[in-house]
Amino acid sequence: MTPLLSVRNIRKSYGARIGCADVSFDLYPGEVMGIVGESGSGKSTLLNALAGHLEPDCGEVLFDTRAEGLRDTLTMSEPERRMLSRTDWAFVHQNPRDGLRMGVSAGGNVGERLMAVGARHYGDIRESATDWLGRVEIAADRIDDRPRAFSGGMQQRLQIARNLVTGPRLVFMDEPTGGLDVSVQARLLDLLRGLVREMGLSAIIVTHDLAVVRLLADRLMVMKSGRVVESGLTDQVLDDPQHAYTQLLVSSVLQV
Amino acid sequence: MPDYNFAYLDEQTKRMIRRAILKGVAIPGYQVPFASREMPMPYGWGTGGVQVSAACLVPEDRLKVIDQGADDTTNAVSIRKFFEKTAGIDTTEHTGEATVIQTRHRIPEEPLTDDQILVYQVPIPEPLRFLEPRETETRKMHALEEYGLMHVKLYEDIARHGHIATSYAYPVKVEGRYVMDPSPIPKFDNPKLESAAIQLFGAGREQRIYAIPPYTRVVSLDFEDHPFVATKADHACDLCGAEHSYLDEVIIDDAGGRMFVCSDTDFCASRQAQGHRGRLSPGEDAA
Repeated sequence: MTPLLSVRNIRKSYGARIGCADVSFDLYPGEVMGIVGESGSGKSTLLNALAGHLEPDCGEVLFDTRAEGLRDTLTMSEPERRMLSRTDWAFVHQNPRDGLRMGVSAGGNVGERLMAVGARHYGDIRESATDWLGRVEIAADRIDDRPRAFSGGMQQRLQIARNLVTGPRLVFMDEPTGGLDVSVQARLLDLLRGLVREMGLSAIIVTHDLAVVRLLADRLMVMKSGRVVESGLTDQVLDDPQHAYTQLLVSSVLQV
Repeated sequence: MPDYNFAYLDEQTKRMIRRAILKGVAIPGYQVPFASREMPMPYGWGTGGVQVSAACLVPEDRLKVIDQGADDTTNAVSIRKFFEKTAGIDTTEHTGEATVIQTRHRIPEEPLTDDQILVYQVPIPEPLRFLEPRETETRKMHALEEYGLMHVKLYEDIARHGHIATSYAYPVKVEGRYVMDPSPIPKFDNPKLESAAIQLFGAGREQRIYAIPPYTRVVSLDFEDHPFVATKADHACDLCGAEHSYLDEVIIDDAGGRMFVCSDTDFCASRQAQGHRGRLSPGEDAA
């Protein structure tokens, strides 16, 4: 089986400081990979480098494109990469304000990716927007409201709908539940888990919340100081941590 | 007159502007940056159009200046006088007689010919500006032909108003490639952008020149189920009776009285001279 995404020796430094270094892994179709670690451990740098938002210093990011099989997205031309990032890829930002157009209605936000890949029928665009709002539990009568009028949790769900509307195969998520209260978090996680299973998505989720990866991720990578210190199946890593830092991380979770 | 170089600008500046115009003609719809000069008028009064006109004029030219369709409003009169003084050229109010026409917000009703130049004054040349404020990003979007965002604006229109409510500065795609702002002309004029005349657009403050060569394909953006419609007020001109010209609505008293008149004053006047009459025309014997 060919991996959907194959990452080889990614390194990104900020001057003399290491952002992330020597990261390699394979992600297979339908698999969800969690990346955990404390603040400043290089999680977001890694995610941005993979998604093409940052140019890594060295390494390869091979993606299984529909047309030509495995290709290095770092050496792709910019139009190809941007095309990929609005069709087969999706990026969910921690802050929905970064991922949404705040001055455009919810329907317009969801429809933007469709129009970007050539949809030119208003009725059809409207219909898929309504459908997707329903799937992320936003009432259909809010379709013409702007995201400003939405609560934080709704904004985050809208951002997810906007990203998934073109049926991507790989979703990058940067702390998707950050800044939400626990009950809203729980519903969002439930929703995400359902969508990921239903659509057969592959996802890379960066978070510092171990509960999130326990629920969503099949596999886990633990990062510290820009390097991967431990990786394996989620339950295995969380229940039987081997590396001292992972042990510290797992034991730091507050129990209610 | 001898105090000014012909048409105000110095020859090197005109040469620089002509190079930008040539590049614009070679890449229809592409916004060419140019080193816009300070002109003796405020930004927003047509500094871009005046510079393009100055670079196009030759002593044999006959200039017409339009402001919102009219020949006799402040902007039109002062620009016409400006070139009378600095270039010593002939001016006219008749569309058919002009060789260079500088316009603000309208395209003349009378079809243009292939020996005419139409120069537009443009306030904001970037059609994507209100959706994407970053210049670096809009340039990239033009370069990569990523125009989905333009349709988001039209989508918002339909979602909010039930139809495409954008009625002026309606975005067009030129020769199947660049999306272009046709300057704030009413969308009624959009079909006239496919013309025999060469059309040049100058934005002075934003320092951009772009062009539509003669007989270039210009398509107004729309949705399959909400096609583009060139709209006008549903009336005939009250002075000349024209039914297919763009109309201004004029309030004539404080009791709700109003009249509709052609916005193109030259078109209206020449029709009246031919004997056409509208609803509110003075009677033949009344005068």
